[in-house]
Order: sequence, then C-alpha cells, then structure tokens
Amino acid sequence: MSWARKILRVDLTKGTCTAEPLNMAWAMAYLGQRGLATKYFTEEVDPKVDPLSPANKLIYATGPLTGTMASTGGRYSVITKGPLTGAIACSNSGGYFGAELKFAGWDMIILEGKSPKPVFLHIENDKAELLDAADLWGKSTWDTEAYLKNRFQDPQVRVSGIGPAGETGCLYAAVVNDLHRAAGRSGVGTVMGSKNLKAIAVRGTKGVGNVKDPAAFMKATVAAKKVLADNAVTGQGLPKFGTQVLMNVINEIGALPTRNHRDVQFDGAKDISAEAMHAPRKTDGKPNLVTNQACFGCTIACGRISKIDETHFTVVNKPQYWGASGGLEYEAAWALGAANGVNDLEALTYANFRANEDGWDPISFGATVGAVMELYEMGVLKKEQLGIEAPFGSAQALAFFADQVGRGEGFGKEIALGSKRLTAKYGHPELSMTVKGQEFPAYDSRGIQGMGLAYATSNRGACHLRGYTVASEVLGIPVKTDPLVTDGKAGLVKAFQDATAVFDSSGLCLFTSFAWTLQDIAPQLQAACEGDWSLDNLNVVGERVWNMEKEFNLAAGLTKKDDDLPPRLKKEAARTGPAKGLVNGLDKMLPEYYQLRGWNADGVPTADTRKRLGTTALK
Amino acid sequence: MRITLKLYATLTDYLPAEARRDNVVALEVDEAATIASVIAPFQIPPKLVHLVLVNGLFVPPAERAARPFRDGDVLAIWPPIAGG
Repeated sequence: MSWARKILRVDLTKGTCTAEPLNMAWAMAYLGQRGLATKYFTEEVDPKVDPLSPANKLIYATGPLTGTMASTGGRYSVITKGPLTGAIACSNSGGYFGAELKFAGWDMIILEGKSPKPVFLHIENDKAELLDAADLWGKSTWDTEAYLKNRFQDPQVRVSGIGPAGETGCLYAAVVNDLHRAAGRSGVGTVMGSKNLKAIAVRGTKGVGNVKDPAAFMKATVAAKKVLADNAVTGQGLPKFGTQVLMNVINEIGALPTRNHRDVQFDGAKDISAEAMHAPRKTDGKPNLVTNQACFGCTIACGRISKIDETHFTVVNKPQYWGASGGLEYEAAWALGAANGVNDLEALTYANFRANEDGWDPISFGATVGAVMELYEMGVLKKEQLGIEAPFGSAQALAFFADQVGRGEGFGKEIALGSKRLTAKYGHPELSMTVKGQEFPAYDSRGIQGMGLAYATSNRGACHLRGYTVASEVLGIPVKTDPLVTDGKAGLVKAFQDATAVFDSSGLCLFTSFAWTLQDIAPQLQAACEGDWSLDNLNVVGERVWNMEKEFNLAAGLTKKDDDLPPRLKKEAARTGPAKGLVNGLDKMLPEYYQLRGWNADGVPTADTRKRLGTTALK
Repeated sequence: MRITLKLYATLTDYLPAEARRDNVVALEVDEAATIASVIAPFQIPPKLVHLVLVNGLFVPPAERAARPFRDGDVLAIWPPIAGG
C-alpha cells in the first residue's frame, strides 16, 4: 500500500483536528501528493474562492513513496489556490518534513477555515492539536524551528511553516521546512499566514510499514538507485555542482534572462556560477560552497550549503549570518543575479539566506526587483520612493530590498506584491515578466522555444518545474532537440508535463528524471502500492492530473488569454547569442498543443477528453 | 587563427592551472583544426565530452571530428550535466 490510508482534517475556525480514512478510489486514480491532493482540493473548494479568505483550503500532501526506502522519497507538496495567480497552486519541497509526516501515520493534512488567533499544529503520531503561537508570530522560520524543537525537547521534531513574509501579506511567501528547504512558489505561505497558522511541528515514529511487497520493493529500489549512481548527472554532476552548473551553459546558449529580460546573456554569469561557488575567494581564500546536502532518502544530494565572506558588506556587522546555511540553487542565483544584473556572489547568497529566513520565493522576488530596476532606470521610480539608488547591477539595492520584503517594510512592501501588480501600479504592465501573474524562472524562451509554451500553459503560472523541456532542448535528456525551433515542441511540452505530474504525485524528487523515466518508477510503485501502476496507466494518471488542474483554472475564470507570454518575449528579439533575431514562437505552438491535449481552440477539454480521463468541468 | 576554449564543471580540472579560475583558455589553431584535434591535448576522457557548443550552438557527436573552425570561434564543453 504505502499510503498510510489516513488524512488529518484541521478546522482552524473551530480548532478541531479529525482523522479521516483516505479515499482509496481517488488514490487509485490520482496516486498521491500533487495529484491526489488536487483531487481533494477541487472537490472541496469553490474555484472562484478568494485565495486569502477562510473558504480557501491548504493541503499538505505526501506521496505513496514518501518515507520509504525509494531514493529521494521524502517529498511533500502544498496545494491551494494561489494568491499571486488566482490559479491552482502546488509547491513541492524536500528535506525531512514529508517523511516525518508519513512516519506519524498521515498521508495528508487538510487545513480549512481561519484561526481567530495565531496557532501552530503539533502532531505526534496519532495525536494532533492546535496550540497557541502568540510567542511565535513574527519570528523567522529559523527561530520558529529552534523554538519548537526546544519546546518539545526533541531535536527530531520536523517543522514546516512560514516566516514574517507569510504574515505581512507578501504574495509569494513560501512554506519553509528544515531551515532551507521550501515549497517556494505561488504564495502557498501567504495562504498559510492568512489562516493564522504559523507552523506544523511533527514527530512520527511509526515508519512506513505497509509496503505491498517488501522484497520486490527492495529489489526495485536497489536497481533504481544503481541507475542514479551510474548516471553521470545524478551520480556526479548534481552532487558536486548542484543545479548551479547550468549558469554558464544557459548563458552560453543565449537563454539567460538578463536585466528583466532585456537581454539573454549576462557578462557576470561566470561570477555567480557553480564554478565560482567552488573557487577560493580573493578576500579570505575560502570558497562560497561548504558542502553539498541530501534530503531524506536521497542518493543524489544536490543541495548547497554555503558560507558568506564575513567581511562582505551584507554581513560585516551581522554575525548571525556567518554560519553555514542554504546556498544558491540555479533558479535563485539567476533571479537574484542575472535578472538584476548583479554579479556579486556573496550578495546573492545573503539574499538567499534572507529568503529562507523570512520565508519568501527568491524567484518572484528577484524578478520583481529586476522590474523595479528597469523602472528606476527609466526614471519612473526614484530614489526617494525606493530608499536607495537602484540601477541594474546594484548589489546594495538587492540586499536592501531583501531585508525589507519579508518584513513588509519600506518599498519592500510593494515588491512583496510581485511584478504584475507593481508594474501595473506604475503604468508599465508590459514590464512584468510573468505568466498568470507568476514570475518566470531562469530560461529565456527566445533561446529555448519550447519553454515559452511550457510557461504559457503551466497551470500554476510561469514555472520550469511543470514541463522542463530544457532537459531535451539544451541538455539532451532523454534526446537532444533544437532549442531554436518550434517544430515538435507541442508534443515535447505535453510529454514533459504529464510525466512530471506523475513524479510529483509519487513522493519522489523530479530530479531523478535526469536519470529515470516512468519506466524506472513503475516497478517501484507497483511493488509498494496496490493498484495498476504500469507505464501505460501512469501516463494516463499524469495526463489526468494535468487536466484536473486545468479544469480548476477554467472554473476559476482563467481563459486562453492567460496562456500567453509578455509582449517583450513575443516582440523584442534577442540581441545576442544563437537566438539573436528570434522572438518566442508561442502562436505557432499553442494551437497544436491544445489539439494534442484534446482541448478545443479555446483551450477547453472536449467532452471526449473528459470522458477518456474521467475528469469533469468544475463549477 | 585564434579561438577560445571553455571547459566547465568537472572539466575545469583538465585546464592549465592558470586558466581554471575563469574556465577559459585562448588557443592558436591552424586551418585543419577540428573539435577533436583541439581538445586532444587536454586528455579529456571521451565520455566526459558531452555537451559541445560552438558559439553557443550544439554540435552533434557525428560532426565533432570534422567540423572546422573560423577565427574567433568559442568552443565550450561540459560533461553530462543537468539542473533545474
């Protein structure tokens, strides 16, 4: 089975915690985590709900392989309606929290209503209770975790919760667990804060004892781990360099969005790359990178642990930031760096520490600062408003805003609303580099054409983790395709989107997909879980999950016009590199994509598609 | 003619010590030079020569033995890598 077969429903308005059996019929159709939680969510929540009202719900969900011996089996997702986008939001995190929740005997937590006062949820195996969080409100994620471990006198208590950003209304507040792992995107932490829920502290000692066929499961996971170990990417590249290894590659191919997407190449890329993190600093002779780190059960270990140069201006009088903490991943390094033209690795690391500490998404923050810097250079925003000179390339401005944004201070309060609202307020909505209100990640779709379609059609707004065609278009995984053409990209995007939905519903990390395909996951699921988890069925499950998310968005009021890119990417050609002269060809790809999905010309699933997948139009 | 060679990630170790900080080395090559002949002196294990770009454009494995250079070309090479 692997599912604990039990969910926890928490009514924050009434202050009650109730156990319910997991709906196993839904589990057979939607697997777990992203898929299964979204099924619950779409059944229980009005798609037109105000994301920050008590009627919105927040679901913490594990997958059937979370907490098992499968490599990377430590993932959980947070599902809600996103305040940044008004669309379905689903953010995924690693660390150790997800496995601990499973060890306590829960597949899922459904949080509903709104507490009249700040509370946290404490779970110890079957026991669950809401406790007063007056002492925690206002604390950082780091202080919250320390407080709760101390309070329960148990260093193995795992904590997932919000920092000040989730309390002050930052629309891209994250849920952070284990100090520097995060369900980072789409403002899931904002919804948590709107419910007056500060954190969830969980301790589980049950393990996952209900694997269907333990011997077969052990055999399948050992074989799959060997695939990861033998693969040069998951066995060598990611552990040593992390995702940051992409910085120089994406710059070289001319797809590194730079200075709010004005350019596609950044001359400072080498200074903020994985190679730079390994190089001894001129100041103290030590590298930025201290070590790598693994999440629960992971045999890849791509996480970065860094130390900031103690003499750097960001921390010179702040010894609390001199210790080792969560370092830069590629997306954060891009958003805090190239997106703003900042090439100061230490400043980027400081901003990343602050993102983890205060609980906000460094992608949306960095991209929004990029828009602020462009507006500053245009003369629309002035130093008097911002509190600092903010030209592109200013590490001082980056650090200044990073200190403010989570605390709701100064101009940081406006940056906390994201670039869509900010640029609209100042009369230049065309400068918001977003889809459905969510900021782009680190790939310019003029240089990687398929990503334009992946962004435009992503159900949670612009995102690289919904259909990562970079793997094929740039890295040759599983096969190399040409990043500069639109031909064939509709099918590629659909295939990546559907497969990703399966990874995200299983409890496994998407990064295994650099070595594994669904053929490597199927035997693990088949051995662990009752039901049909053959390759054929997994493909259908992935497509079903994608369509269900789409149905929610349609019922929420999103239309074909929301499957679009900002005018800059469709009208302003890349100025350098291999993509010089190119814009994104979304209009060539989108009709074919809708057709391949079995949707009509307006992007609405046809009756035949709904019947085939067992989905329905929502109201 | 003059070209630029960039070696990244684990391939950094195959560069001369003075070139490792920036991952870049300038090379003088003759008209007959190919990708294969340019990288031969660096003794990179063939299986690590994975992602090969000239001026940012991917060069498929089958073309690497014969592809000629033009003055100013930038050859960049990575082992198998990925991120996200």
